[in-house]
Amino acid sequence: MKAESARPELVCPAGTPAGLRTAVDAGADAVYCGFRNATNARNFPGLNFTTDELTEAVGYAHKRDTKVLLAVNTFPPAGHTDLWRKAVDDGIALGVDAIIVADMGVARYAAERHPEQRLHLSVQAGAPSVEAVRFYCEEFGVKRVVLPRILTVPEIRALHDETGCELETFIFGNHGLMAEGRCSLTNFATGLSTNMDGVCSPASHVHYEEDRQRNLSTRLGPFTIDCFACGQSAGYPTICKGRYRTPGHPEGYYAFEEPLSLNLAALLPALMNAGVRALKIEGRQRGKAYVQAVVSAWRKAVDDVMAGNEPGLDNLLALTEGQKEGQGAFAGKRWR
Amino acid sequence: MTSSTPSLQSFVNAPRILFAPVPLSVLQPLLQRVASNVVRTRPGLFERLGTHKSTRFLIDPTNLPFAVLLRPDPNSVLLKAVRRREEPHHDARIAGTFLTLLNMVDGRLDGDALFFSRDLQVTGDTEAVVSLRNALDDLEGSIADDIASLLGPPGRFALKRLRALKRRGDEG
Repeated sequence: MKAESARPELVCPAGTPAGLRTAVDAGADAVYCGFRNATNARNFPGLNFTTDELTEAVGYAHKRDTKVLLAVNTFPPAGHTDLWRKAVDDGIALGVDAIIVADMGVARYAAERHPEQRLHLSVQAGAPSVEAVRFYCEEFGVKRVVLPRILTVPEIRALHDETGCELETFIFGNHGLMAEGRCSLTNFATGLSTNMDGVCSPASHVHYEEDRQRNLSTRLGPFTIDCFACGQSAGYPTICKGRYRTPGHPEGYYAFEEPLSLNLAALLPALMNAGVRALKIEGRQRGKAYVQAVVSAWRKAVDDVMAGNEPGLDNLLALTEGQKEGQGAFAGKRWR
Repeated sequence: MTSSTPSLQSFVNAPRILFAPVPLSVLQPLLQRVASNVVRTRPGLFERLGTHKSTRFLIDPTNLPFAVLLRPDPNSVLLKAVRRREEPHHDARIAGTFLTLLNMVDGRLDGDALFFSRDLQVTGDTEAVVSLRNALDDLEGSIADDIASLLGPPGRFALKRLRALKRRGDEG
């Protein structure tokens, strides 16, 4: 059971300064966060950091030997790169340990303007192959690639063996594949882009309605996404997790993904042995209670594996989307 | 929490019975004091709310005999107890049991998880609710403790008892 590889970095979400301190105190090796604008993929109301807040946060984290990774991981609309360049410049001036980029133009800017700065490739870039990973590493000096959630553990091992690149995988949280154009569905429904505005299902376009029997309907823009009976667990109001009626499924079915969370506790030793160097917990939009519970549970699980023990993971089901969890593509390509 | 045992159900309903005879006019000075205290001690909360300072939130503790109307404008904050039958005008409504709401305000429970489990109801302006939730979650310390301290030893004792009862209720 003992992992043969080096101790992996536990990378944890920080949506607010209080969330960041919670993650650091709960045992994060690194935290990731973003500025309060469209340069990061969790551009939600009331979330994220000003430059002053990030200055304090970097100080708090570094004093406790925790790294700070800045997500500048959306794609600038053509001709509007200034905000993204400023985010890179500001983050580096504030002393963050790495910039997480997705757009090639932003990666090029960071690599040329700040050649000493460590760059990570965001899951948003969707680099699933040896060729893609090599391209980003060779062209922009990317040091670590966050893998899209579409690969099995053996595929991850092969990718690691062939590229030698540092790999990071998600281990817990939202199971959003962000592949095959799914994120563009938000743009279709709302006019706002997940990948350019940083808003997956923008709250300004989300509507919930409950009837007297407590049956819940969720709507994004003009589209009803799902209906939950009274007492039935609900999911996020994202189109890729919606339930739809089709001629073959008149009762409605989850056409893309079911509303559930990723939980790779059972695959943790295999992931570590496959050469994964960093383990990412999703959830910058979640509250401190989630951060505290999830980060401390995973801290213990990783330490357990490093000590040669079974990874004991506290029951996190109550925090999962739809109160369901799964291993997604990591355990096999037919995960539905 | 959605499938309640009889003992838990009586615990959940207890505040509705306890507070039923209390006239709202008695509560109002206390709520105003709480609001003024939050404005004075928690300026960061309002900055994070952005454009939603003028939004009218109906905070609806479903096991209390009244709801609370909140307009979080630091220049003229409104925190007012209202009867549900009055159907006060509001832009967004957040509903759950009293302790569910209190624990979420204090960052002890995760808002998304409460939504998934259907212990939290949200209607109206979702963006305003998300802003308020995130702003509250960035607060350090406990607003509930602040309120209890405002009320002195009886307030602190009451909060301690409420939390103990909640723990017993959760344990079944």
